[in-house]
Amino acid sequence: MSGYLILAILVLAFVVIFQIAKASEYVSVLNGREKTFKQNNRINGFLFIAFLVLGLIAAWWCNDVYFKKTLLAQPAASDHGEKIDFMMMLTIGVTGVVFLLTQILLFWFAFKYQYSDKRKAYFFAHDNRLELLWTVVPAIFLTVLVGFGMFYWFKITGDAPKDSQIVEITGKQFNWMMRYPGKDKVLGRKNYRLTDASSGNALGIDWEDGASHDDIEASEMHLVVNKPVQLVIGAQDVIHDVGLVHFRLKMDAVPGIPTTLWFTPKYTTEQMKKITGNKDFVYEISCDQVCGTGHYSMRGVIIVETQEEYDSWLGSKKPQYVIVNEAAAPVVKDSTATVKAPVTSQPLAQLK
Amino acid sequence: MSTETILHGHEVEEAVHSHEEHGQHDHHHEESFLTKYIFSQDHKMIAKQFLITGIIWAIIGGLFSVLFRLQLGYPDQSFPFLEDIFGKWAKGGRISNEFYYALVTMHGTILVFFVLTAGLSGTFANFLIPLQIGARDMASGFLNMLSYWFFFLASVIMFASLFIQTGPAAGGWTIYPPLSALGQASQGSKLGMDFWLISMAMFIVSSLLGGLNYISTILNLRTKGMSMTRMPLTMWAIFFTAVLGVLSFPVLLSGAVLLLFDRNLGTSFFLSEIVVKGEILPNEGGSAILFQHLFWFLGHPEVYIILLPAMGMVSEILSVNSRKPIFGYMAMVGSLFAITILAFLVWAHHMFVTGLNPFLGAFFVLLTLLIAVPSAIKVFNWLTTLWRGNIRFTPGMLFSIGFVSLFISGGLTGIFLGNSTLDIHLHDTYFVVAHFHIVMGVASFFGMFAGVYHWFPKMYSRYLNNTMAYIHFWVTLVGAYLIFWPMHYQGLAGLPRRYTDFSNWQSFNQFADMNRFISTVAMIVFVAQLLFVFNFFYSIFKGRKVKSQNPWGSNTLEWTTPITPGHGNWPGELPEVHRGAYDYGKDGREFIPQVEPIGANESKH
Repeated sequence: MSGYLILAILVLAFVVIFQIAKASEYVSVLNGREKTFKQNNRINGFLFIAFLVLGLIAAWWCNDVYFKKTLLAQPAASDHGEKIDFMMMLTIGVTGVVFLLTQILLFWFAFKYQYSDKRKAYFFAHDNRLELLWTVVPAIFLTVLVGFGMFYWFKITGDAPKDSQIVEITGKQFNWMMRYPGKDKVLGRKNYRLTDASSGNALGIDWEDGASHDDIEASEMHLVVNKPVQLVIGAQDVIHDVGLVHFRLKMDAVPGIPTTLWFTPKYTTEQMKKITGNKDFVYEISCDQVCGTGHYSMRGVIIVETQEEYDSWLGSKKPQYVIVNEAAAPVVKDSTATVKAPVTSQPLAQLK
Repeated sequence: MSTETILHGHEVEEAVHSHEEHGQHDHHHEESFLTKYIFSQDHKMIAKQFLITGIIWAIIGGLFSVLFRLQLGYPDQSFPFLEDIFGKWAKGGRISNEFYYALVTMHGTILVFFVLTAGLSGTFANFLIPLQIGARDMASGFLNMLSYWFFFLASVIMFASLFIQTGPAAGGWTIYPPLSALGQASQGSKLGMDFWLISMAMFIVSSLLGGLNYISTILNLRTKGMSMTRMPLTMWAIFFTAVLGVLSFPVLLSGAVLLLFDRNLGTSFFLSEIVVKGEILPNEGGSAILFQHLFWFLGHPEVYIILLPAMGMVSEILSVNSRKPIFGYMAMVGSLFAITILAFLVWAHHMFVTGLNPFLGAFFVLLTLLIAVPSAIKVFNWLTTLWRGNIRFTPGMLFSIGFVSLFISGGLTGIFLGNSTLDIHLHDTYFVVAHFHIVMGVASFFGMFAGVYHWFPKMYSRYLNNTMAYIHFWVTLVGAYLIFWPMHYQGLAGLPRRYTDFSNWQSFNQFADMNRFISTVAMIVFVAQLLFVFNFFYSIFKGRKVKSQNPWGSNTLEWTTPITPGHGNWPGELPEVHRGAYDYGKDGREFIPQVEPIGANESKH
């Protein structure tokens, strides 16, 4: 019903606009083209300056309402993130000045130099000095931005510290799986042809490799605060992307080509709850590369905690190799259930 | 080759050519409906075919965005009429996830390729090249006709893919494998994807036929006196656009063909070590990243294929309606050239977070940000063109000014994304969506609208209605900013692209009100575009008739043709050119057409 109503209103609006448009043609015939042209020109010139003023006010207002909902309103949760936030503010500053300058000039010129009988356009075809000016000045600013950008880029993508914790994260439609190297600090070898979720080997681990025997699997990521972590990222089916918004980082997960990413978390989940004033705060892993119909629901959870909390969590876990071999009975690990998985670590509790 | 030899060789050819064309011109009245309107070889008719096909595609592509914005803006409401129309794709009046991704994918594909490439370049390259360089027609009218009909074929295949049972392609317009290679991974990667690839292959054929024609026409068929540096900037822009297309589209074709092989012949170009839905695939040794290199080697030049013609037309229209020469003609040509070269050297900035070698990434950052320099030159030159002008706000002029504003806004956010350090954070968020929609989508649309409003009188010998044009412009400009400005904030909050629903996320669920607002504005803007479409078709038949040969007081050659030019464009001899296209306001004269010889006392500049 309301659909028809909207349709009727639309049609009506169309008819009205059309009639006005037609009438204005007749009026311009009666008044003379010249007069109509000048009138329209004045209106449009005024609208440009009005657009500029109202637009700037609206932009201010938009910032007022939405800035606090962005990540810029809260500190970055990783050391890399802090560098990225600094770069962001710097770039916003530089581009902001250029934006204001050029937009104001554009609309001001449009208004100021609108048609007038009295004015003659000023013949001004080129000026090498001016052109040199606006080649060199942007080039200098860009050099600064590229300089900062490259400095941080190489820091962020450089080698991880030797003592980094290692966590493997593997994406598949539509959830994330984590693996920890255990006491030997080495992840066991994988062979995708061995993948068999029903027998407890959802990641395709080669049990022949002794290093795999103490590897621990989980459906959420536990990290130690202030300790560098290196993620070893992979995917089983299509390209995914490990998106870590609070850490300001992301890295694609590509089938057949492992990628890595390292950072140092700065705040525990509990601390972030206080910082953001959100008691439900949780570090989330989002999939940032379209991966199919469930893309929007491919959510993972990170818990950043103190070393003690981490040790006690890890101590409570059994290596997957042990679980698989203990279980004569069918293993109840359902790796596809994470689409609707709750925030807490329920599936892990079941495994104990 | 010196200019002299070009001109000389050209003259000889001209004599033969004009004779032939003249013969054709005499037969003009015997043309049947079929050869005049359907299988026409007249560049003006082919341009109109491209334009109208583009308009139809734009309505479809725009409508798709309205549909998925319904889902984003009103996630908890159902719209029973959707189920009436789309059946199983919108069960219970809610857009299904499969359908959402199909809509997003087709929206991107249609607007990037079918509207802003074919609809924009196809229309204005075809229409303007012979008219502005003083030629009877394109170098090959037949290839030109084929170019349109291959585009039509591509359109038919793409359109057909909307109706197959498993739906059209749904992996995003960038169709990254393995998602696009594996039918098991997504409904949209079944038959719909094959249709997509075949359609795109046809599209590339069309684009190459057109591009080669544009290049050879501009290089070989310029009239006497029309040296390269006397050409209007539209010609330069279209020339560089065609070069970009000819050199980069074949690379996409190779990617598409290899992907077809991977899908249907069991090859492993892009596939390696895959377990999909528990099924272990035999493919090993391929690289999913290889496809991204092939795709973006076209994909990045593609955004300039879209943008350059708009820049060219805007330069021309700004100058004509400011009654001033374009400021820094040679700098404008130089910056177009620089953008063209750089466009080939920046593709991997779409791939900073794919695990690309960081050292390699550094070069792509540098080259990417370098593009900001020629872009800045263009913006400041446009501003200086307006400065101390005597500006007439024709609808074409309004859209040109709007273009400059949007190009600034969208161009500046490119400086964020091109810097790899920031891209790590902003990649694939709404910041990217906002950026490319403003700079490539809306800005190019503004260029296209400017072109349509400016050259409609030449196309159809009638004017578009001004009042409707003003409403169209203001609603679209305000609407574009209302839609895409707030999206930057979503991007700064890290909202990922291509999510149908954010409600399950702690980090992303704070923008429900903004999404509703954006969706509402998107619908209003869509309706305003229908007003343009109505104005367009109504004015073809009922618009105010053009009575003067040169209604805008413009210097370029198209305004020396008869009000309704026949096939062959000029009834007698081809015009001879004596000066550049931008002598506005010179020596106290409002404008001096290109065909006017240099006066004895004329000042030099």
